Amino acid sequence: MSPLLEAVNLVKHFQVKGDVPFLSKTVHAVDGISFSIEPDRSLGIVGESGSGKTTIARCLVRLYKPTAGDVCLEGKSISTRAGIRQLRKRVQMVFQDPGGSLNPKFSAERIIRESLLHLRVAKRREMRSMAVELLRQVGIQPSDSKKLPHQFSGGQQQRIAVARALAPRPDVLILDEPTSALDLSLQAQIIGMLVALRKDLGLTYALITHDLAVVRQLCDQLLVMYLGKPVESGPAPLILSGPQHPYSKALIGSVLRPDPETRDLEAPLHGEIPSPTAPPSGCRFHPRCPECMPICSVEEPIPWQVGEATIWCHLFSDGHGTGGDE
Amino acid sequence: MRRRTENTPVAIERLTRQANRFAEITKRRFGFAYLVFRLNPASLLGLIIVVALFLSAFFGPLALPYSPDKTNAPERFQAPSSSHFFGTDKYGRDVFTRVLSAARVDLLIALGSIGLAFVIGTAIGSLAAYFGKAVDAVLMRIMDMIKSFPQFILAMALVAALGPGVRNLIIVITVIMVPSFARMIRSRVLSLREMAYVDAARTSGVPWWKIITAYLIPNSLGTLVVTAALNVSYAMLDAAGLSYLGLGVRPPQAEWGTMISEGTSQLLAGRWWISVFPGLALFLAVLGFNLLADGLRDIIDPRMRR
Ligand SMILES: Nc1ncnc2c1ncn2[C@@H]1O[C@H](COP(=O)(O)OP(=O)(O)OP(=O)(O)O)[C@@H](O)[C@H]1O
Ligand SMILES: [Mg+2]
Repeated sequence: MSPLLEAVNLVKHFQVKGDVPFLSKTVHAVDGISFSIEPDRSLGIVGESGSGKTTIARCLVRLYKPTAGDVCLEGKSISTRAGIRQLRKRVQMVFQDPGGSLNPKFSAERIIRESLLHLRVAKRREMRSMAVELLRQVGIQPSDSKKLPHQFSGGQQQRIAVARALAPRPDVLILDEPTSALDLSLQAQIIGMLVALRKDLGLTYALITHDLAVVRQLCDQLLVMYLGKPVESGPAPLILSGPQHPYSKALIGSVLRPDPETRDLEAPLHGEIPSPTAPPSGCRFHPRCPECMPICSVEEPIPWQVGEATIWCHLFSDGHGTGGDE
Repeated sequence: MRRRTENTPVAIERLTRQANRFAEITKRRFGFAYLVFRLNPASLLGLIIVVALFLSAFFGPLALPYSPDKTNAPERFQAPSSSHFFGTDKYGRDVFTRVLSAARVDLLIALGSIGLAFVIGTAIGSLAAYFGKAVDAVLMRIMDMIKSFPQFILAMALVAALGPGVRNLIIVITVIMVPSFARMIRSRVLSLREMAYVDAARTSGVPWWKIITAYLIPNSLGTLVVTAALNVSYAMLDAAGLSYLGLGVRPPQAEWGTMISEGTSQLLAGRWWISVFPGLALFLAVLGFNLLADGLRDIIDPRMRR
């Protein structure tokens, strides 16, 4: 059976103005990413800022047309008109900036009704009560449903954004850093809500985050990416407890290590992430990699199956694991 | 004693909270009227002038005993007096009545053309910004073409082509005002288009025309209102200027520009009142709209300050 939602060799480049007049530069935001999301197997996507996570999410909901590759919903490409209509109903997204994703001129209830109306999920006269019910489901009082977005707190705005995404009763919810804009106590509340919603509504999440604690609570699968490329993927608990790629080790190690002294020793992530307009040759991580070998700057690594994990790294090419490509 | 000092900040905080709530409620209940409370004194004066202008233009002629257009030869060239506040002209018409009647025409032309330019410019600018590329290039090149002529010369040429009259005057002034609106809303929509709520609307299946009309334009309304207010006085000056040159409102219809031009030939004879009073009325109207527009801009969108 084909997976619920699938990214097939997804590529997204942006053309931006360069320093030289009339010559545009290409931003390699996403450069060949594949994954599949099975029903009830939530996927986490982690990586540094600028690694292309939001770009992937926007390709998944067709806000961006991929430069190459495709997104498939239950095996069918979404690049057709009918495909997009199906997609809008079944895959919804919660945006990175909760406040900014709500029209300042619309009340909370009107924001939900827009979705109900245009995705044709309810009859006109049922919409109002359905909108209020959806808001109640995410913890917004019916008495507050007429308020405008700026009259809500950041946490409440995030709840409204979730309610809007739930309106067409989607199967997949894409969450772009759902907690990063909130303070700590609110983060726990929102995560609690997401855990409950997943159970109650049978949702599957594609969750983008910096926060590995969120991954631990919400994700079954994990994809670690770096500068538009996959680095390591596999079952989330496995990668979180034993990351194998030098980048995953650094990323996950730096968060897990409680003591900042040893964190610096164990997680030698030197320097800044390079610019995606001129990604490094070979393995994109090689300039910062503590275990860099001569081949790394020349040849792009192919995926290696190591136990249940897939790792894109030359370290695993001889004897460490069984090579193979997907 | 101690408890009191401790409680003062709490009391202040509560008062502030109540004041904020009061402001919030006022804002919601009275919408735009709430802006009045925030106008600076000069703009408040502008508002008073504008309101007075509207009231006298619409109710003045009803209350006055004279007709603006009916000639009355025996009473010609009377100096201002208690029966004719602004005197009479060479046909014996009451200048005060005519000034108020002209206010109606000038307000109609100015607000009519600004209203039309608002609608057309908003449509052009928002379509150009939303679709970009070729649509943007074509629409904005047309706007640039209109803008590249000296406004008043272009207006004269257009009226010469269309012929005089109130309707044509409105059309012509609309044409020369449209680019200002189009440019304003274009730059506003270009930045709003990047907002996450527009993307969210797309994933909610909202069609493009509704994204423009229900998301982008309502969130640009402040900018548009300020643009409109800033341009009313220009529209009024254009209307009066063209009429002064005989290219606008035709006599015997009372209009400030026409009246000024009719009166200039009488100035040397010492009959100053025939052109000075309509001139003053035009001056006051332009001043009023400008002061009001400045105040609105400072409140709604201070970045539009040039
Ligand atoms: N519309 C765009 N035009 C040009 N470049 C873009 C565009 N969107 C993203 N980029 C670039 O693509 C790269 C990836 O961006 P993306 O927003 O996907 O990263 P991210 O992983 O979501 O980062 P963050 O954690 O900061 O949200 C960045 O270098 C960014 O500057
Ligand atoms: Mg992002």
